[in-house]
Order: sequence, then structure tokens, then C-alpha cells
Amino acid sequence: MNSFKKNLLKKRYNAERRFQWYGKIAIGLALSFLAVFMFQIFSKGYSAFQKTWIVTEVHYDKELLLIDAESPSKDDLENADYYDVAYKAMTSLDPGLPEEEDRQLIQMVSYKYEAEVKDLLLKNPDYLGKIVPIKLTASDDVDQVHKGNYPRDIPEENRRVNDYQLQIYDMLNERGDILSEFNISFFTSPDSREAELAGIASSFMGTVFSILVCLAFSFPIAVLAAIYLEEFAPKNKFTDFIEVNINNLAAVPSIVFGLLGLGVLLAVFNLPRSTPLVGGITLSLMTLPTIIIAARASLKAVPPSIREAALAMGASNMQTTMHHTVPLSMPGTLSGTIIGLAQALGETAPLILIGMVAFVNTIPGTPVDPAASLPVQIYIWSESAERGFVEKVSACIMVLLAFLILMNLAAQIVRHKFEKKWS
Amino acid sequence: MNLILVTFIILLAFTSYYFGRKKALVIQSSQRLTALPKFYGYYLAAWCAAPALIIFALWSVFEPSIVKTFILQDYTDQNLTKNELQLIYTKVKALAAGTYTGNITNFLDESANKYIQLKGIANSAKVAIILAILIFSLSFAYRSVQKNDRMREPVEIFLKWVLFVASLGAVLVTIGIVFSLLFEAIRFFQAVKIFDFIFGTHWYPAKTFVRDGQPDPELMKDAFGAVPLFAGTFFIAFIAMCVAIPIGLLSGIYLSEYAGRGVRKYAKPIIEILAGIPTVVYGFFAALTVGPFVKEIGNAMGLEVSAESALAAGAVMGVMIIPFISSLSDDVMTAVPQNLRDGSYAMGATKSETVKKVIFPAALPGIVGSILLAVSRAVGETMIVVMASGLAANLTMNPLESTSTITAQIVVILIGDQQFGDPKTQSAFALGISLFIVTLFLNVIALSVVKKYREKYE
Repeated sequence: MNSFKKNLLKKRYNAERRFQWYGKIAIGLALSFLAVFMFQIFSKGYSAFQKTWIVTEVHYDKELLLIDAESPSKDDLENADYYDVAYKAMTSLDPGLPEEEDRQLIQMVSYKYEAEVKDLLLKNPDYLGKIVPIKLTASDDVDQVHKGNYPRDIPEENRRVNDYQLQIYDMLNERGDILSEFNISFFTSPDSREAELAGIASSFMGTVFSILVCLAFSFPIAVLAAIYLEEFAPKNKFTDFIEVNINNLAAVPSIVFGLLGLGVLLAVFNLPRSTPLVGGITLSLMTLPTIIIAARASLKAVPPSIREAALAMGASNMQTTMHHTVPLSMPGTLSGTIIGLAQALGETAPLILIGMVAFVNTIPGTPVDPAASLPVQIYIWSESAERGFVEKVSACIMVLLAFLILMNLAAQIVRHKFEKKWS
Repeated sequence: MNLILVTFIILLAFTSYYFGRKKALVIQSSQRLTALPKFYGYYLAAWCAAPALIIFALWSVFEPSIVKTFILQDYTDQNLTKNELQLIYTKVKALAAGTYTGNITNFLDESANKYIQLKGIANSAKVAIILAILIFSLSFAYRSVQKNDRMREPVEIFLKWVLFVASLGAVLVTIGIVFSLLFEAIRFFQAVKIFDFIFGTHWYPAKTFVRDGQPDPELMKDAFGAVPLFAGTFFIAFIAMCVAIPIGLLSGIYLSEYAGRGVRKYAKPIIEILAGIPTVVYGFFAALTVGPFVKEIGNAMGLEVSAESALAAGAVMGVMIIPFISSLSDDVMTAVPQNLRDGSYAMGATKSETVKKVIFPAALPGIVGSILLAVSRAVGETMIVVMASGLAANLTMNPLESTSTITAQIVVILIGDQQFGDPKTQSAFALGISLFIVTLFLNVIALSVVKKYREKYE
């Protein structure tokens, strides 16, 4: 072999190696995007599962509560005036503070602190007249300082927590009066304008209702349509048209379905705005083609021998389909349905258009109550300026991703556990 | 009322199923059955429920508009416009329901009474008609049960019709999309010339908002030029494809030609996770992490970078689209017949030469199809742009500035309360129909290309 040929061969082998590396780098990049992404979300979000409390002492003074009765009933406690008691509980943290500066202390806890003072007494009526320790929800800013998400070294005028509040915070922290506990209220309370009180309960229920409505509408129609197209439809222009239609519908941008929901469901049928009912129907139109395609694929996968055996035993076409083909195709159909629902679960734009973006601070009890949904909640919170919402958004994303992972796992399990392997 | 009626029909259908089955067993004692006993039940139940429910549905659809024409008949001599008539009708309805709070004139009061009366008549007529239909169809069905006619065929034909109607659902959705978009878009184009919309270079719909009264037509002419949005849409999609095509294609090639079984088994589903993450999550990521990151790098290089840049949105969108390209191109390249590869190896080609010169050209139609699908996906993407690329429609080719897209503008216009009849709201539907046409075009081409390719090798 002469040197020219040797060189050429070397060059070709080098090119081969380089090409392989390009592929490896591409896959590595794709995987590292995912890793960076997950890392960002988790590192920003995990702290939202902790809630910061400020511990102080409250004196349930009968006089300040304006309770006259000797042994007050539940109603008396309910109607008592808690303003002064709660106010004293906070200002007692720094008795030397002049009265006109007291806002600085009050601002360190959430605006609902009076209600928290009230709730504690209602739960423990025997605290009346006693001095007891109480946990108050720390304000969003103190919460962020405690979690280390808020820089303390920027100039005071640019900071939402001033030097005095930081001083009080440090004093409390040294005394161990700043508590950090698992944030139950994040899961049980509805949305709020205040980051420290905001929770995902309302949007979570909204999501659950929309998905149920979506399932109720799309699954039966899609399965019936798939059975017709796969088992009964004659091969003609019209069924071809339906087929092309379904394939194209699967690729229509989701926001167009939002416009459909707005223009037809809200404007023509006058269904109630901002409700999971309308959201669910809109999403069901989107999932319809996905489920039809999955159901057809799994009907197609049932081997013809099954059909032939049934027909040979004298079953009619309808009986063959309903008794044999459809039950055998169900695992594939169901897993396709779950995947379609998981896609619908993450949709945001169509729900914004039908008004599910409204601020809802009650937990919806039925599909016709106004509600948000988890993805829309992410959007709403991420548009808020308050720093505390950043970790809330990340935590909400974690909940949403967990939901999606669960659904996809369910789809996998359904597929692998129940699907028959035809060899 | 309606709920009770429907429940009654359904309960009756269930009862008639059991009744039919029982009747079949009675018949069995004297003569041979023509079908299994349950088909007698199905037959009766279908005859009971289907006609009544169909009539019920039709009635519910048409009743309101008929009542409306009756009510508004009294107002025909007053020369009112359509909107005013609509307003009157809403008032009458509210008055009848007892929720009206405005001035009650004699005329309105009369109409409301008439409305209540008409509703009452309509309700009793509905119940009467449906009961009559139930009795008629049930007795008809019962007679053929008694005669012991063939029972299975009609039931199966009925079922087949149910299946057929369900399959029309998908068509109905398409028709719904087209009509709802067209309806509002046509009204928009009555106010704004279609030429100004397609070729105008200023998009500033907020300008046309005028309290009470018609906006100035001169202003309208200049406010709804969609060129900046079309340009922004394709510009961001272009940036996304610049990220997605190289990474997606090379990953696809590696997965199909080089990767061992183990790598393929795990890497492919993991990459596909990228496509399963909701777009709002990407939007948050782009706005909070990538946007500031791009800005920082740009500033360090002495460039002016907006915090909401097209680059950040496009790049994140590209990451989202990677799996569309990688998985589809992996599939099409795996489908290339092995004998093409073997032929190439036999001629002494290396693996990469085979990929570049044989497999890639053979799989090209499929790959082009997958890229077109990915472009259509990028064009229709909403949340990333809404959250990461600003909402002002700048006509710019600078990736460091903020731009807006068709989808983002639809969201901006329709977020919050909308007023139908306002050109600003209608413009969203005009944008929607242009988006629908563009993506439909891309999809049809992509699907037909992929289909042709499949036919070639399968």
C-alpha cells in the first residue's frame, strides 16, 4: 500500500471517528439540557415545601378581647375582638419600638395573623386569660430571608426587608423562635395574592375536574370512532376524508382549540366562563384525535386469527368486534388515553383563552365552579413580581411533573401488565 | 326539568331491556327464538331511548331561537338594529328570571310575561311530544318483538350507526374550528381591509380602543398590520430549528446507526421526556433562567440585549423540539432496508460514509417530513413566547431584541374579559385562522411526504 492510500484511509477513519463524536455530543447535549432543567427546578423549588413561622407569645386578655361573660361560649369567642391581642403579640417582640413604627413589626408576619390568633383560641378555649406561645406565618419577605433566597447585602432602600426587620429576625433566629416546618398549607389552601399564603388546592382541583370532564367526553367518542374506522368503515372517499381529518386535527396548535372553546362553547352555547367544565370539553376536543389514533393502532395489532376464529364459530361481525377484538385492544387504548390525558394536563394556552386564568381564591367543589388549573397557576404565579412566588412556581412545577410521571407510569404499567404478546 | 326527562327516558330504556329479555324467554316456551334473548332487550331499549333522545336534543337546540323570534316579533315595528334587539331580549330573559335590576317598562313587562308563557307552553309541549314518541316507538318495537321478528340485525345496524356518528365527531370538531374562526374573522375583515392585515407593518391593536363609539377608520388601517407577527413567528421558529435540527438529527443518526441496544433503550425515552414537559414549564425556565443568562453574556460582550429576547425563547423552544426530530428521524432511518447498508459496506465504505451517502439520502423524505412537523409545532407554540419573548410586536431581525408571534398576540388580546364585536377581539380570530392555515399547510405536506416514504419501503 503506498503512502497516499494510507493517508486517505487514515483520513476516512478520522472522519468516521469525528462523526461518531458528533452524535455522542448531540445526545449528550440533549440529555444535559434535561439535567440542567431539572436541577434548576428542583434547586429553586424544594424550599417552597418548607414554611417559616415566627413564634411569639400571645396573652388572651379578656378585657382586650372585649369578652364580658364569666364562662364565654363558643359564639362569644367567635365574635370577640382579636385586633388588640394580635397586635400586642407582635409588638411585644420589641417593646421599645415607638408606636408609629409598629408597621415594621406587623409586616414581618402575614396579613392574616389576626385570624391565626383567633383560630388558636377557638381550638383551645382554655387558653383564655393565659399567656401562651403562638406560631404566626412569617411574611413572604422574612420567609425568603430565612431560606437564604434573599440577598442581605444590597443597599437598604432596594430591599423589601429593612435593617430593623433584619435585626429582629436575627434576634428571633438566635432565640430559636423562627421555625421551619413542612408546608401543609401549600397543598390545602387556595391561591392568594400573598406568596406566603398561596397554595395549589384550587388549581389542583381545577385540574382534576378538567381531566375528568375531558376523559368523560373524549374516551367514549374516540373509542367508538376508532372501532368504526378500523372494523366497519368501507374504504371510500368519505372515510378517507375522516382519516385525513383526524391526522390533521392531531397537529393543530392547541391555542386554536382555545379559540374554538371561546367562540363556540362560551359565545354560542353560553356555558359558564372560567370553569373546568368548559376547560375539560376544550381539552377533550384536543385529546380526541390522540385517543382515536392510539385505539386504532391497538385494534390493528389484534391478530386476524382471533377474528377469524370468532367468525368461524358463527359470531356476527359486531359480536366478533365487541366480544373479542375490542377487549383485547383495551390495554393499548387505555395507555394511549392516559398519554393523551397527560398531554391535556400540561396545556395552558387554551385554558387561558376560556378564562381559567382568573384569580380564584376558593376551592372549587364541582366542575361548574370557577377554577384555575396547575399549568395556568404556574403562568399566573410566574407573572407575579413578588420574589416568594419564584419558589412557589418551581414547587408547582414539581407537583405537575410528579402528576405527569405518575400518569405515564400508569400508562406503561397498563401496557406491559395487561397487553397480550402475539408472537 | 330536562334532567328529570332524560333520567326518565334512560330509566325507561333500562326497564324495557329487562322486559324485552323476559318476553323473549316467554316466547321461547312456544316457538324458536330468532336471536339470543338479550337482543330482544337491546331492541326494545334502543327503540325506547334513541328517538326520544334525538327529538329531545333537536328540541333543546331550536327552542331558544324560536322563542326569541316570537318575543322579538313585537318589536319589529320599532326599526331597531340587531344589537339593540339582542339587548332587549337579554333584558326580557333577565326580567323573567327575576334577576333584572334596571328600569321596568310596561312593554318589557309584557314581553317577560309572554316569555314565561311561551316557555311554559314549550315545556309542556316538549314533555307531551316526547311521551307520545316514547309510547309510539315502544309499541312499534313491542309488536315486532311479539311477532318474533329477527332481532339481532336491527340491533347491530343501530350499533353501527352509533359508531358512525361517533366517528363524525372528529369531522365536527374541524368544522367547528373552521366556522368559529371564519365567523369572527369575516366580521373583522369587514372593519379592516384584508390587504391592510396581510401587508401592514404596524401591529398595535390597543390603539383602536375607544370608549363608546366607533374607532377612527384611519387608526384602524394602521393598527392591524400583521407582518411583524408573521415575521416574528417565523423568526423564532427559525431560531428554534437552528437549535433543534443539528442536535435532533445527529442524535437520531447516532441512535439508529451507532448506539448499542442498551443505550438506545434508555437514551431514547429519556430524550423524549423533553417533549412531555408542559410548555408553560419551558416558558418559566426561559423567562427566569435562559433570558437573564443570554442578557448577561450579551452585556459582557458589549451588546445591547433585552431581557426578553427572541433568542432565549427560540433556543428553549428548540430544546423542546429536539425529540420530535430525533425520534422521527431515528424511526425513518431504522426503516431503511438493511440491504442498502450491506451493499455500501460491501463496497468498502465506512459507517459514516454509509450514513452520509446512502442512508441519509434514502431517508431524506421522512426526515424532511419530521422537520416540517417540528416547524409546525414551533409555529403553534404559545406559552414559551408569551412568557419569554415579550409582547410588543417589533418588526426586527435582531435575535437579541424582543419580538412577538401570532400565538402570543392571540393570548395577549384574549386574556381577561373580551367583548365580542370589538375589532380587537375579532383580530385574534383573524390571527387564529392564519395560524390554522399555515400549520394545516405544513402538516398536509409533511404527512403526505412521510406517507409516500413509507409506501416506498414497506
